[in-house]
Amino acid sequence: MAESVQPESAHAHHGEQSFWSKYVFSTDHKMIAMQYMFTGMAMALIGGFMVYVFRMQLAFPGIEVPFYGAVTPARYNTLVTLHGTIMIFWVAMPVLIAAFGNFLIPLMIGCDDMVFPKINRFSYQIFLLSAIVLVASFFVEGGGFGGAWTAYPPLSAKAEYSLTGLGSSLWLVAVALEFVAFLLGGINFVTTVMNARAPGMKMYDIPMVIWMIVIASVLFMASVGPLFAGAVMLFMDQNIGTAFFDPNKGGDPILWQHLFWFFGHPEVYVVLLPAMGISADIICTFARKQLFAYKTFLYTTFGTGVLSFTVWAHHQFIAGIDPRMANIFTVTTLLISIPIAEMCFIYIATLYGGSIRLTTPMLWALAFVAEFLIGGVTGVFLGASGADVYFHDTYFVLAHFHYTFFPIAIIGTFAGFTFWFPKMFGKMMNETLGKIHFWGTIIPFNCIFIPLFVLGAAGQHRRIYSYENFPDLALPQYQDMRVFATTALLVMLGFQLVFFYNCFISWRKKEMDAGRNPWRSNTLEWVAESPPPHGNFPELPHCYRGPYEYGTPGREEDYFPQNLPA
Amino acid sequence: MRPIANTRSEAGIPTGRLAVWWVVASEIVIFGGLLASYVMYRLGNPEWAGHAAHTNVWLGATNTFVLLTSSLSAVLAHQAAVAGDGKKAAKLLYFTCLGAVAFLCIKGFEWTTEIQAGYTITSNTFWSFYYTAAGLHALHVIAGAIIMLIVAETAKRNEELHRVELIGIYWHFVDIVWIFLFPLLYIAK
Repeated sequence: MAESVQPESAHAHHGEQSFWSKYVFSTDHKMIAMQYMFTGMAMALIGGFMVYVFRMQLAFPGIEVPFYGAVTPARYNTLVTLHGTIMIFWVAMPVLIAAFGNFLIPLMIGCDDMVFPKINRFSYQIFLLSAIVLVASFFVEGGGFGGAWTAYPPLSAKAEYSLTGLGSSLWLVAVALEFVAFLLGGINFVTTVMNARAPGMKMYDIPMVIWMIVIASVLFMASVGPLFAGAVMLFMDQNIGTAFFDPNKGGDPILWQHLFWFFGHPEVYVVLLPAMGISADIICTFARKQLFAYKTFLYTTFGTGVLSFTVWAHHQFIAGIDPRMANIFTVTTLLISIPIAEMCFIYIATLYGGSIRLTTPMLWALAFVAEFLIGGVTGVFLGASGADVYFHDTYFVLAHFHYTFFPIAIIGTFAGFTFWFPKMFGKMMNETLGKIHFWGTIIPFNCIFIPLFVLGAAGQHRRIYSYENFPDLALPQYQDMRVFATTALLVMLGFQLVFFYNCFISWRKKEMDAGRNPWRSNTLEWVAESPPPHGNFPELPHCYRGPYEYGTPGREEDYFPQNLPA
Repeated sequence: MRPIANTRSEAGIPTGRLAVWWVVASEIVIFGGLLASYVMYRLGNPEWAGHAAHTNVWLGATNTFVLLTSSLSAVLAHQAAVAGDGKKAAKLLYFTCLGAVAFLCIKGFEWTTEIQAGYTITSNTFWSFYYTAAGLHALHVIAGAIIMLIVAETAKRNEELHRVELIGIYWHFVDIVWIFLFPLLYIAK
């Protein structure tokens, strides 16, 4: 242990800190993780409120929505646009990658902080600024951007079409700032994991969730550049009068779609992989078994990452692309379901014969796999260009999409949050309330989106403010399904109160009842105190083995922490 | 105060250098996306060769020479830093900054004459790309020069000499982007 530099003494002068330096301008990775986590959760509440408003409008067209008022068509567009934007860029990304990445990476690889703590803080500050710009765009003249979260020109490029000139520009600025924040964060993550691992931690000793966050960061870095360039071009189209995307003056609106989806599709995997990693760690811990085929899981992920750059045009099958080209993208899209299916099989094989304990985090992790499977299977219809011509832009797409992103962003987050809550705050959450919250979320979730599959198959188009003007869609049997989905949504939102109550009472508890390792898990973060102090470990740990050594023969306990010498 | 994490080097590459390479990687895709879009348009619009004929190839070539020369002094600065001579490294970095300033002056002159001749960013999509790509590159030149001044300040006191190499890597990247921009925007007929 060449490095027992005693970080405790090195960090000792941090004893008393002012409120500002401790909570706002901290460079400590755990505090920055909490900043990302709670900003993301606050944005989730905003995005959740938006979905409440526009689902009420769809179920009961024209009503005065309680706590909001009547929804005008323009406001409806703004609400659906910003709901999508917020949930992907300001909830899934900051919580799954930035919050869990910041919290877990230094702890799980056994070091005291990120390699660049100040860049880390700067990344959060830019992210916060981007969130403020986005929320502010709601209140400017004309209202927030309403041209859908994909921002296709010419609708997004011309103020006379979108009627939200300033709102569209602020939307672009916010998204671009957010990209900068995550590029800085991603470089920090990748560099930290490459260079700052505990002595003895080899490539295959890295916990899967860390691998997933790193691969996600690399995918993000490799895919976001073209869209960043596209955002600059679109901004200039909006404000300077260039015509990159204006066909009247020699531009091409399809170019934006290529730039957007070249990023947009890998982005699905950018947020999926951390959730996959969180589930892998949780499933191994609560099945008390090694991850079945660690290396296969990893190589499969590499394969997914490479393939994810070859599928983007399946979003554009009806955008006028060459049908021969569409065939190629159909093949690549269907190919990418193979590695993802393989990962699901690895989860199942890990569970097989394990001593499964159905704790709250385990329930969330299992639900993630199960619900994401439905999202994956329904994607096959959309990846096949022939079927997609019919399904395109219907609620079938919407339901499919939510069956992938809800498991990722919400279920995955709850899995990780409930699993690492004891480490974050030193206290256990209430299991009964956790299970009530789990079932109260999962059952309504399916009740919301299964009817939407049916409506989509019946031809119900997306982004329509009211179906009353479409006689074939205004039929009572369809309207009943809309009401059912909205009711289920209200139930699901109501059950989130249980979660917040559970967080609150667990956080208020006097006793620190978590201990260092409440789940009897192997990875290095459980070696640190709960919550970990500044500098994380009293003495930086050494790593002696892989992260999932459960049930080692000849050992009295059924787990074998990574830091214990053989 | 530096965390212990910053002093580790499990990958065998110093942390700062590793991070700069990742910065360069993420920048490559930004310029890559922009230039790929340009090339796609260019292939679809052969008449753009006529627009490109109005660019000033000689000034562009001079700028290429200026930028390459400034990269040479960045390399020499790295050499000096490796030898532990912070003062000399700083001087050479100032020389590189001088190259950046010369580049921007020539660029400014070029743009002024072009705008006066009526070729503005909104003239047509070729000129939009011309100003956007070169402008984004110029922003990188400015950013690089500012960082270089900061690095030179510390290098002068013989501190943080490893940073001389880092800014050098970044500067070569800025240089290489120009090597792509120059033929694509000025020469390609």
